[in-house]
Amino acid sequence: MFHIYCPYCEELREEEEFHPKGEAHIVRPKDPEACTDEEWGDYLFFRDNPRGIHHELWVHAVGCRKFFNVTRNTVTYEILETYKIGERPTVTAEHLAGGDKQGNVQVASGGQQTVGASGAAVASVKGERA
Amino acid sequence: MQRYSGFGLAKHALSHHENWERQWRNPTPKKQYDVIIVGGGGHGLATAYYLAKEHGIKNVAVLEKGWLGGGNTARNTTIVRSNYLWDEAAALYEHAMKLWEGLSQDLNYNVMFSQRGVMNLGHTLQDMRDIQRRVNANRLNGIDSEVLTPEQIQEIVPIMDCSKNARYPIMGASWQPRAGVARHDAVAWGYARAADALGVDLLQNTEVTGFKIRDGRIYGVHTNRGDIEAKTVGCVAAGNSGVLAKMAGFRLPLESHPLQALVSEPLKPILDTVVMSNHVHGYISQSDKGDLVIGAGIDGYNGYGQRGSYPTVEHTLQAIVEMFPIFSRVRMNRQWGGIVDTCPDACPILSATPVKGLFFNCGWGTGGFKATPGSGHVFAWTLAKNQAHPLAAPFSIDRFHTGALVDEHGAAGVAH
Repeated sequence: MFHIYCPYCEELREEEEFHPKGEAHIVRPKDPEACTDEEWGDYLFFRDNPRGIHHELWVHAVGCRKFFNVTRNTVTYEILETYKIGERPTVTAEHLAGGDKQGNVQVASGGQQTVGASGAAVASVKGERA
Repeated sequence: MQRYSGFGLAKHALSHHENWERQWRNPTPKKQYDVIIVGGGGHGLATAYYLAKEHGIKNVAVLEKGWLGGGNTARNTTIVRSNYLWDEAAALYEHAMKLWEGLSQDLNYNVMFSQRGVMNLGHTLQDMRDIQRRVNANRLNGIDSEVLTPEQIQEIVPIMDCSKNARYPIMGASWQPRAGVARHDAVAWGYARAADALGVDLLQNTEVTGFKIRDGRIYGVHTNRGDIEAKTVGCVAAGNSGVLAKMAGFRLPLESHPLQALVSEPLKPILDTVVMSNHVHGYISQSDKGDLVIGAGIDGYNGYGQRGSYPTVEHTLQAIVEMFPIFSRVRMNRQWGGIVDTCPDACPILSATPVKGLFFNCGWGTGGFKATPGSGHVFAWTLAKNQAHPLAAPFSIDRFHTGALVDEHGAAGVAH
């Protein structure tokens, strides 16, 4: 069971109050009519689907009903941060790979992960938790 | 290959069954093959088998990062059926069904294919309209399919709560008598043994770490056991397809999700068919060992963790107990997850890719096991002839740009 920190309610709530909605930060083309079939198909259907750090959209479905973003590891399932719509992630695959520990991780204490969450990269970020 | 038979069994009994030969070799990788299959699950092994058997291409390697059939092949609920709505999907799954019907003889391996019938329940008026539409479509495609009334359902499954007092009363069902279950491990092992006997190298603990691509053409793979060359490479890696595609430099319209299943403690025979309900969302059958095999939906988030979440277990069992109050005190024995590669239209991708010579067979999502023989058969044809098999052609990756989707989502009355 995930405990997810809703950045709007500012509380940790149980997974069942939320729905995952897939990859985050997908920008809708400004002028769909001007898109080629490739561009429109890529926008609608093609996804990064990474093994590791994933930025994704969730909705607090039976809470405040607002959408927000989650950075989560798709292997350990650890939730590394949650942040509001319009904000950028502070934890990314690039900065974890580069050993950059300056991430201002926006999570509540207590951790949101359930099982098996570990890994040096993740630990280095947690160590810097504000 | 030592053929299995009743006579062989009697013969080996004389030597206390200590002299059975190994089912397949454990070869050292060669430098070069005609075709490399990435992924040693049911679909990959079937592809290798049909390449060798039907197309005479025997210089084939199957690269498996773990052990044969250790992924979704070993993690599904073993249901086999072909009652899909759309012509393209029905043709592909029915092709597989026909191969299932002769598979044990073909492989000389008992895959325990049991055509005990599969029932898809309807609990609402709309469910029943969808069921009638799908049954009609099936019959037009020459697939056995019937609509059952609650009385007929009760006759087939006396232990199910078909009363009007149920929270979600059962209003009817679709019924495919030729559908059923098969022993999932035996399918992988049977294909592996038969492919090995034809000369295919099955390379376990061999993980692909990159592709060798020059001028937009593939000529080999990097692995943890050195480089291996081949001009044709077929990727059949289910949940990890997206990871492989990234190595090759393109994206797929896939999301990988955990899908879990669970089995109960063994019971005396009580359920001799397969019952699925899309509406309350659960499906159940009883294995020959006696345990109830139960499954339901995916976890909604992307994941590669091969385990499922507890809320999903709870929802699944609520649905099962709703349909079968008699099971309310059965204890669950084991629970596990597999990583399924779901496609936006809930149909597979059997396709060439932007890299010449590199083909993908993926996107089977939650329902790949039933297609194992058909998938391998048409994919082998595609690899051998370097063009899409007529049954595979509608499942090209191009459909996500042309818009010609085969939208089976929900339409098949399946529990996705």
